Amino acid sequence: MNTMDFQKIGLREINRTLQGLDPLSNERNYTITNPMGQHAIACGLNAPLMVDIQGNVGFYCAGMNQQAEVTISGHAGVGLAENMMSGIVRVKGNASQSAGATGHGGLLVIEGDASSRCGISMKGIDIVVGGSVGHMSAFMGQVGHLVVCGDAGEALGDSIYEAKLYVAGSVESLGADCIEKDMTAEHLTTLADLLERAQINKDASSFRRYGSARKLYNFDIDHADEY
Amino acid sequence: MCGIVGLYLKNEALYPQLGELFKPMLIEMTSRGPDSAGVAIYRNPVPDGQLKFSLAHDSNSHDWQALADSMASTLSCTATIKQNDTHAILVTSGTENAVQSWLATEASDVRMVGSGQSVEIYKETGLPEQVYERFGLANAQGRHMIGHTRMATESAVTTAGSHPFATGADLCLVHNGSLSNHNRLREELKRKGVTFGSENDSEVAAAYLTWKLRQGVSLKDALEQALDDLDGFFTFCIGTSDGFAVVRDPIACKHAVLAETDDWVAMATEYRSIATLPGSGQARVWEPRPATVYAWGAETLDGEAANAAAHAGAGAA
Repeated sequence: MNTMDFQKIGLREINRTLQGLDPLSNERNYTITNPMGQHAIACGLNAPLMVDIQGNVGFYCAGMNQQAEVTISGHAGVGLAENMMSGIVRVKGNASQSAGATGHGGLLVIEGDASSRCGISMKGIDIVVGGSVGHMSAFMGQVGHLVVCGDAGEALGDSIYEAKLYVAGSVESLGADCIEKDMTAEHLTTLADLLERAQINKDASSFRRYGSARKLYNFDIDHADEY
Repeated sequence: MCGIVGLYLKNEALYPQLGELFKPMLIEMTSRGPDSAGVAIYRNPVPDGQLKFSLAHDSNSHDWQALADSMASTLSCTATIKQNDTHAILVTSGTENAVQSWLATEASDVRMVGSGQSVEIYKETGLPEQVYERFGLANAQGRHMIGHTRMATESAVTTAGSHPFATGADLCLVHNGSLSNHNRLREELKRKGVTFGSENDSEVAAAYLTWKLRQGVSLKDALEQALDDLDGFFTFCIGTSDGFAVVRDPIACKHAVLAETDDWVAMATEYRSIATLPGSGQARVWEPRPATVYAWGAETLDGEAANAAAHAGAGAA
């Protein structure tokens, strides 16, 4: 186990160390202490590392992650795991706005609540939220899954493409072109698998599914008001 | 950009450390606002029948004693004054209207930046650390403070365009964001007799609240009406004699985070400003919901009971 104290060595030294590791090294476990809410911690990793951040982090933590498994034992600020490509990012507390924004792949687990715009423009990432999400979540979501065990705020899935949304609690309102869809056996299997991978104990049958009505894909004069 | 911070001490034992605890909070927001900084501190309340005015001048060698003497003799009131760099705190038995109109005619180069029974407002251009130092705020004692670090967007980098902006007796506002209808609103408020000291958009928000409060609207209602009448992006922190209130616009793209322990309540644009407080690692941390008024210790608001409902299930950190 390697421990790096943020207050002693600072952001650049931590990220340089994690980004520059020999891919053949057996040193795979890193702990970061005293993150003090600072930004861009453990960004741009591209190795199968296990990184545990002990404390609350600021903006853009674990952004662009590939392969690594980053766990935040605390809360996370804006843009957690932004543009993640692969790997797992888990926050044990809450996450602020735009968690998992534009993510292409991997799994983001938020054990607490996420704020607004969770999964905005998601492009293949899977996001599992143990609590609730704020307004405009999965806005323009293209591919991937957003699973919300609590409630969703206003305009869920506004202008959504093909991202699949599962919500167990209430949905304050659905955004333009987002509708409720049938939950088939296939969807239940996918959802149960996501919950299991996220290690969140919740019955898949308690969720409802939402997705695109596919009415905004092409210009239609009858829908001019919605554009 | 811009950064805003607020600290309210629940534990009286910490009152002597207010300025010291607040300092790193403000300085941490330097990267969000290196142009100017300001704080409102609530301390040393004057007895009923007296008022405290925060005054500012371009020069740090203004003859404040002459101003106080002249005012006392013209208005037949008491007037004691204490200089603090470019600012001075005037304590007087004169009424707010009398003092304001006297200042406007007899000392037009002096700006009245705050008034009330306990609030003191200090603001200047420069890095937050320098501003904090020049006013000797690290030793300040009191119950609560709010502060602002400014990255200028809508108007020039001047002391007059710095925050906090006074919005009435013991009330002031700091703003992160930008308002898009400030020109029209400023003209409307001018027609209603409200005066302005800058071209700053945040000053318009402050003037809007001042005007609403003068109409007898409660602070909570005024803030809720502001959600309809102000167009643009904002997170506001409003200092009151008893605490502070926080409100964000309905889109809520301007960051804000709240944290609470048994000893204190803090708000900041970014959590890193709160991370320096003792016990922050164990604090309850959450993100204020859009279009929702939060308040601590403000008797003009619904207080903590109303917050408890708004906090439940709120998105976080």
